[in-house]
Amino acid sequence: MDGMDDIVKEFIVESTENLDQLDRDLVELEKDPSSKDLLAEIFRAIHTIKGTTGFLGFQKLEAVAHAGENLLSRLRDGLLLLNQPITSGLLAMVDAVRMMLASIEATGSDGDQDYSALIDTLTRLQNPEAALEVKASPAAPKPKRKRTRKSARSKQEVPPQEAAPNPQPEGEDTSIGQILVQSGRVTEAQLTKALNQQSAGDPRHLGEILVEQGAMPPEGVLEALHSQKDIRSSTLSSNNIRVDVVQLDKLMNLVGELVLARNQILQFSTSQKDSAFLNTTQRLNLITTELQEGVMKARMQPIDNVWNKFPRVVRDLAMSCGKKVRVEMEGKETELDKTIIEAIKDPLTHLVRNSVDHGIETPDKRVAAGKPAEGRLFLRAFHEGGQVNIEISDDGAGINVDRVKRKAVERGLITSEQASRMTAREAENLIFLPGFSTAEKVTNVSGRGVGMDVVKTNIEKTGGMVDVQSTQGLGTTIKVKIPLTLAIIPALTVTSAGERYAIPQISLLELVRLEGNEAVKGIEMIHGAPVYRLRGRLLPLVYLDRALRVDLKKDAPAQGSGRQPTENALGHRSELLALDFDAARNAHRAWRDKIRNFLDGHVDLDAKAAERNDKCVLGQWLYSPSMEQFRYLPEMKQLESSHTELHEQTAKIIRLKNSGDTAGAERELAMLHVMSEHVVSLLNSLQRSISENGAVSIVVLQADGNQFGLIVDEVNDTEEIVVKPLGKHLKGITAFAGATIMGDGKVALILDILGLAHRARVISESHEPVVREGAASCPDFSSEDQETLLLFLARDDGRMAIPLSLVTRLEEFPRTSIERTGDQTVVQYRKSILPLVHVSSLVPERRQKPRQSSASPPSPQSGKVQVVVHSNGGQSIGLIVERILDIVQEDVSNPQPSTREGIKGSLVIQGRVTEILDLEGLISSGAAFGAPQPATLEARS
Amino acid sequence: MAEKQQFSTFYVDKLFFGVEVEKVQEVIRYQEMTRVPLAPPVVTGLINLRGQIVTAIDMRRRLDLRERVEADLPMNVVIRHEDGAVSLLVDEIGDVLETEEETFELPPGTLSGEAQELTRGVYKLKDTLLIALDTDKLLNLATTPARGV
Repeated sequence: MDGMDDIVKEFIVESTENLDQLDRDLVELEKDPSSKDLLAEIFRAIHTIKGTTGFLGFQKLEAVAHAGENLLSRLRDGLLLLNQPITSGLLAMVDAVRMMLASIEATGSDGDQDYSALIDTLTRLQNPEAALEVKASPAAPKPKRKRTRKSARSKQEVPPQEAAPNPQPEGEDTSIGQILVQSGRVTEAQLTKALNQQSAGDPRHLGEILVEQGAMPPEGVLEALHSQKDIRSSTLSSNNIRVDVVQLDKLMNLVGELVLARNQILQFSTSQKDSAFLNTTQRLNLITTELQEGVMKARMQPIDNVWNKFPRVVRDLAMSCGKKVRVEMEGKETELDKTIIEAIKDPLTHLVRNSVDHGIETPDKRVAAGKPAEGRLFLRAFHEGGQVNIEISDDGAGINVDRVKRKAVERGLITSEQASRMTAREAENLIFLPGFSTAEKVTNVSGRGVGMDVVKTNIEKTGGMVDVQSTQGLGTTIKVKIPLTLAIIPALTVTSAGERYAIPQISLLELVRLEGNEAVKGIEMIHGAPVYRLRGRLLPLVYLDRALRVDLKKDAPAQGSGRQPTENALGHRSELLALDFDAARNAHRAWRDKIRNFLDGHVDLDAKAAERNDKCVLGQWLYSPSMEQFRYLPEMKQLESSHTELHEQTAKIIRLKNSGDTAGAERELAMLHVMSEHVVSLLNSLQRSISENGAVSIVVLQADGNQFGLIVDEVNDTEEIVVKPLGKHLKGITAFAGATIMGDGKVALILDILGLAHRARVISESHEPVVREGAASCPDFSSEDQETLLLFLARDDGRMAIPLSLVTRLEEFPRTSIERTGDQTVVQYRKSILPLVHVSSLVPERRQKPRQSSASPPSPQSGKVQVVVHSNGGQSIGLIVERILDIVQEDVSNPQPSTREGIKGSLVIQGRVTEILDLEGLISSGAAFGAPQPATLEARS
Repeated sequence: MAEKQQFSTFYVDKLFFGVEVEKVQEVIRYQEMTRVPLAPPVVTGLINLRGQIVTAIDMRRRLDLRERVEADLPMNVVIRHEDGAVSLLVDEIGDVLETEEETFELPPGTLSGEAQELTRGVYKLKDTLLIALDTDKLLNLATTPARGV
C-alpha cells in the first residue's frame, strides 16, 4: 500500500472535490430534471470515481459507485425521469462514497460498512415502477444503517449490473454528442436516435453510430474529438499544483517579517542621502509589496468553496422540515483568505440552516400569507472597502420582535423593563445572546439555544461583524462583514498620550482636523459627552487617552485617587466642557461670588477644602485630561500658578474670617479680586493661544454600523502592519486587536475599534447591561439607562423626543423646495427623494384640536422647515418637526406608559412632559411611509 | 526534586531569586517598552524581541515588593512559555547556579501571601538564600487577584 499512498491521497482529494460538485449538481438537477448537461456532468463524476476505485482496488466503493452510475445512465438516456426518491438515492450514494473515502483516508481500506441495502435501492430505482414504490415508502434505506444482510447477496447483485448497458465508454463523457450538436454537424434528433441505439445495446462509439447512420462524415467526428480533447485539457488544468496550507502559512509569516523589515529600511532610508541605496530601497519596497500581494493571492479562495455545500444542506433540511426552499447565489467568485474561509465555514452554515429552519415558513403558511410556496434563500457576497460582505437573506416570516423579547425575558436574558425600552433593531439582535432560542421545541436542527451567539463570537474573532435586519412577514437578512485577510493589514497610526496606536484601515472613514477657533468651538458637549457636527450630523466623540485611561497614569499614584472621581463623574453637571472658556470664566466668577457670600455669612466654607486647587470647577477643568494637551503652553503654566495662588488667598480669607478678623478678610478679598481678574485675563490669553496653536484631530471610525470620532493627539501615517497576537495576559483587553512592530522597531498596539467603541459606550449593545451586571463595580462614564435624546416640538406644542441614535441628520429645507408626488410629500435631498412626514400626523390627535390653530407658533425660520432625517437600511424618511429644541441625556428606564399609539412613553425632561416617539415602531408598522398624510403640509403651504 | 538543578538567578528588591535555567530563553538588558493601557498593573509593557512581541512583567509588582525607582532600568529575563515568551523585569542579573538537593527547604509559612504562593522553595546557599520561583504560577496572572491567603 505504501507505494500507492500518493495516488490514493490524490484520488481522495480529487474525489472529495468531485463529490462536492455532485452534491450541488444533483440538487440542481432535481430542479431541472431534463438538463442533459448536468446529467452528463454527474455521470462523468461518478464514472471517474468508479473507474479509479476499480483501479485502486476498493471493491465496495466501486460497487456503490457502479450502482449509482447505472442508475444515472438510465436517467441520462431518458429511460427514467429524475424524481425525489431517485435524487435521495443518489445523494445517499454520494454520502456513502464520501464515508468510504473518509475511511480510506483514515485506515487505508474502504471500511466494513455494508452498503448492499443502498445498492439494492439504487438498483430498484432503475425501473420506473420501483421508483414509485420507493416513493411510497419514504424511508429509503440509508447508507449508515447496517443491515444484517449477507455481503454474498451484494456480490450476487453486482454482476448483473456489470452486464447492464454501460453505453458511453470513457472519454465520451465530455459529451461528444453535445460538441457535435453545437458545431451543427448533427441535429438533436439524430443524436438522440444514436444515443438510443447505443443504450439499446449497440457497443460502438457514438461517432461510429452517427457515421453509420449517415448523419455525418467520419472527418467530422475526428474534428469533434479533437476539440473535445482541447476542452478537456483546459479543464484538467494541468498548470495547477497542490500546495500544503502549512507551507503557505509559513510563506505568509515570512512575508510578514519581510514587510516589517522593509518598513524599517524605509524609515531608515529617509535619513540617508546615498542615491544607490535609496534606489535599492525603492525596489525592495516594490518587490515586497508585489510579493505580499502574490502570496496573499495564493491563499485566496472563492467563497464558493463554502457555499457549494449549501444547496445540499438546504435541500436536506428543507425536506426534513417539509419546506420548499430555492437557493440563489450571487458573487460566488468573491475571494477570501483561506484561514478566513475556514473560520467562517461553520458560522455561515449555521446561519443558512437557521434561515431555513426558522426563517422560511412551510408552504401552506407561505401560500396563506400570499407568498409563493417555495421560499427563497439568497446568498450574496461582494467586496467593499477592503472587506468582504456576505448577506444571507430569506423571504420568510422575519423576526417576530415581540416573541424574541418575550423569549429573552422568559430565559432571564433581559428584564421585561429592558425589553419594553428596546428598539426593534436592538430586539432583533437579541438572537445573538448566549442561551437564546425562540424555537418552540428543540429539533435536531436548531432550538438548543447554542448557535447564534457562537456564530457572532466566531465571526467577531476573525475581526468581522454580524448584523441582522428583519421585516416581519417579509424576511430576514443577516449581514456578515469580514476582513479579506488577517495577517497583514493596512492601518493608520496615531499618537495619543505619547504612545502610538494602529487603527485598521477597515474601520476608518475619514480624518477631520479642527484648527484654530474650530478646535475650541467645534467640539460641543452634551452632558459631558463630546460631540462634533460632521456635515450636520452629530458624531459622538471619544478621547482615545480617556478611553484607554492613559491620561491618568502620568500622575503619581498618590494623586490618582484624588483625580479619579473627576474622571468618573464626567457626566456630572459641574464638569466643564473641554475648551469652553466662557463657562470657565463664569465658573470662576461664580466662585468669587461665593467667597463674597461667605464673608457676608450666607455660606460656610472650609479653608482646607478651599486650598485645594483641583476641587473647584475651574480647577477640575484646568486639570481635566482634555486640557492636558495644552499643558506645554506658557499661558497654561501661568494660569495654573495664578490659580493656585488664588486658592491660597481664599484659604487665607477663610481663616481670617473664621478667626474673627472680618476687616482683614475684606482686605484680602480686595486682593483676591485683583488676582481673580488676572486669572480671567490669563484665561483669555490662553484661549487665544489655543486657538492659534491648538488643533484637534478626529479619526472618524465605523464600528458595527455606528460612527464615532476618535480624538487623538496626532495622526501619523498609513502603513502596512503585520498583526501579531497579544500574549495571554493581555488577551482580555477588548480594546486591542493585537500588536505590531513599527518601522522604528518599537511595538505599537492595534486598536480593536469594535471593542473600543463598546468600551467607550458608543455602541449601546443591547445585551451589554445583562452581561455587565456582574461587573457593576467597573466605573462608567454614564449610567446604564442614560440615553441621548433629541428633543423637539411637535405641531401642537407638545414636546417629543427620539433617541439620537435614530437620527441620521438634522436638516432645514425651504418650504418652496417641498414637492408633492401623489399623496406623498417629498423633498429632493442628496440626489434622491426624501419622503417627508409631519411628526404630528404620525400619532393620533390627543386633544380635540383645541390648540391646533392658535398654539402653533410659527417656526423660527418661517420660510423653512426643520427636518429630522432618519435612515434605516437605505430607506430614509424626513420628520418635519416644529422646532428642534435640544439634545439631552436622560434616564429612560422608567417612562410613563403611553397614552396614544406611536408613543413609547412619556418622561419629564427639562421640567416638561415629553413623549418619546416610537419611530421604529411607526416605520415598521408602515404608518410613516404608507397612508397618505392628511394635513401634513397642504394646510400650511 | 531533581538531584542537581541549575538556576538562573536574579535580584529583585535585594532578594535573591532563581528560576530553572531550562525555562529561561535568554537574558537581555533593558529594552524600550510600549505601555499597554488597561492591562493588569503587573504588565509593564511590550518588548520587541527580534520581531517577537514579548509581554514584560514587573517582578516587583508581581511579588508584591516595593516599587522600582524610576531611574533604575530593569533587566529582562525572558522565559519560555506555552503562549510565546514572557519577560520578567528584574533589578539585576545573577549567575547561573547549581544547587544541591539537600540544601532545599520548603518556603517557611511566614512568607507573605503572594510570595508564599509563587515560591517553590528555598535553597540555603553558603552566604545567602536562593528563592526558587514557580514560573508557571508566576506567569499565571489569573490567580493574582482575589486570594486571601
